[in-house]
Formats: sequence, structure tokens, C-alpha cells
Amino acid sequence: MAQVLVVTSGKGGVGKTTSTAALGAALAREGAKVVVIDFDVGLRNLDLVLGAERRVVFDLINVINGVAKLPQALIRDKRMETLYLLPASQTRDKDALTEEGVAKVIEELRTNFDWIICDSPAGIERGATMAMRYADAAIIVTNPEVSSVRDSDRIIGLLDSKTVKAERGERVDKHLLITRYHSSRAARGEMLSINDVLEILSIPLLGIIPESQEVLRASNVGSPVTLNSPASVPARAYFDATRRLKGENIPVQIPSEAGGIFNKLFGRKAA
Amino acid sequence: MNLFTLFRRGSAPVARERLQILLAHERVACSHPDLLGILREEILAVIGRHVSFEPDKVQIKMDRGKSVSTLAVDIEIPNLERLSGVIAA
Repeated sequence: MAQVLVVTSGKGGVGKTTSTAALGAALAREGAKVVVIDFDVGLRNLDLVLGAERRVVFDLINVINGVAKLPQALIRDKRMETLYLLPASQTRDKDALTEEGVAKVIEELRTNFDWIICDSPAGIERGATMAMRYADAAIIVTNPEVSSVRDSDRIIGLLDSKTVKAERGERVDKHLLITRYHSSRAARGEMLSINDVLEILSIPLLGIIPESQEVLRASNVGSPVTLNSPASVPARAYFDATRRLKGENIPVQIPSEAGGIFNKLFGRKAA
Repeated sequence: MNLFTLFRRGSAPVARERLQILLAHERVACSHPDLLGILREEILAVIGRHVSFEPDKVQIKMDRGKSVSTLAVDIEIPNLERLSGVIAA
């Protein structure tokens, strides 16, 4: 049974695309068939983060408009043979993202993939609402910082009202992924703590990704951090998040940016 | 700010408190968009039934606090003497 996930946040620059690539690759590494879809029409970047920018021929809008068939637009990752990318269009026509068109694409993908991960653009405009429209579950990417938390709260409200599942009276499962976390700053009271964010947003925690040079390095070379340096602290945090996504109940650890992991187990139940 | 924040020093507790207050209001506002607009319209309709005033001379303010919010309605009403004079004429 295919799972449709949306990776969303409201605010830009918090790590949606990086997390989509890292989680997609982590799921594919375990043999699942995964497709990641870029919904950021006009400002696509998932292709770049995955190192597939020179292989884009057709895109999501082409498929919706009937210019290309879905298999023609899907790009298979060179490292992971079960990981595919459906890129966004670089033309600015985001109105081309029609509800029916997106529904058709998702339906077709559901028959062929285990995981369909929709990388949402920032904001609450069409691209973002279409990315979440057909989601079964959502990953809300949040930085421990006031504007990001506020925007995440807004997005949670939209997930509860504007998705097909919500309109049917069902719930979209929500998972909080805290990224760019500095444990030392939080310990000094300079940054919102994990508990602060959890208390304010009150959705289950999927994982904590520390601020790390490895994440930047992975983007620089166009390879998800979970493939590029699988033993690194952020990659391990993404692998743990992946296992929680699949329903495993493993405790969340608070990673430290120094490289090691505080063996302080987190008291809260994971997502 | 309280004793706790003083001891903990950093600015995170301030961030947390500001967010809690803000989001409490935004959650209500999003489920009930334009609450202030609706209140304004209905309050003015009731008052307008009994006295006449100029819509421009009305001020409505909502002050949001942590546990209580206040709604202030300030309406400038022309003096009744002048008003009755106008009616008599």
C-alpha cells in the first residue's frame, strides 16, 4: 500500500528539500520503491540536491499537460535504483498545477511505488496546497526559531482543513522533524529547546537533525546526506527518522553538533 | 519575564512565551477569520439603532494578552442637544 507523504514547513530555507532527498534515499536504501516529487514550480531544486539537474527532460507540468507520459518524466537515481525523481518545471506557470492533474499523477504513482514524497515549496500558495492535497501523512520541517515555529503552526492548520483526507473527516498523520538544531545553544537557553517546540506545536516528534557541515557538503556535491556520508550524525538521525516513519518505536536522541551523540534518551514517545 | 527567565539567562524563554501568546490568538483567528470585522459590524448596527454617529469616528481595538484580551470600542457621538435640534428642524 503506497504512502503519500508531504514534506512541508511554511517557511523557506528550513530544510524541506534536503530532508526530502535524505529521507527518500534512506527509504530506497532499504529496498523500498520511492519517488520524490518537486512541487516548487519555477524554483525547482530537488534535482540539484539529488545531483540530477542535467538529466531533466520532462517535468511534472509536462505530465499534467499531457506533453509527456509519466515514465518519460521520471528520473532514476544513478546510485539507488529504487529512487526516482519527478522534477518541477522551471517555467513560472504554477497555475498549471491543477487539482485534477495532480490527482491523476499521484494515483498513477500509487500503483508503482511504496513511498511518494511530495517536496512542498515555501509559503501557502498553490504549489504548497497542491503538494499537501493528497497526502496520507505530513512531515513538518521546523527550525527551533520563532518564525519557523509560527509558520509550522499555520501549516498544521492547513493540513487539518485543506487536504482531501481532512475534507473527508479523516486525519493526516503529522510528524515533526526539527532541523538545524544546536544542542549547545539550546542548553544555554539561546535557542528554543526541543521541549519548547514540541509543547507549542503538539505533534509527535519524528527526529532531530543537528546543524552540520555534512548536510551542506552533501548538497554541494548533489548527493543526499544519507548516501554521501551515511555514518555521519545527521545521516544517522535521518535513518532513525525513517525507521520511525515505518512505525518502529525507537527513542529520539538529542544529537550534539560536536559529532557524538548525547546518550541522553528523550523522555517523549516518538512519532 | 519572570524569575525563571532571569536565572536561565538566554532569550529562548522569551521566544517561547511570545510564541505561545501569538499562536493562541492565531489559532482562533484562522478558525474564525475576520472576527474583529464581524464584531465591528454587529456592534455598530446595534448602536446605530439608537443614536446616530459617523462611521469614521469609530475606533475598535483588540489588545491581546496571555490569559485575557480586551476589546475597546470608542465611538464619537454628536451632542444630544444638537442632535434633537436637528431632528426638530
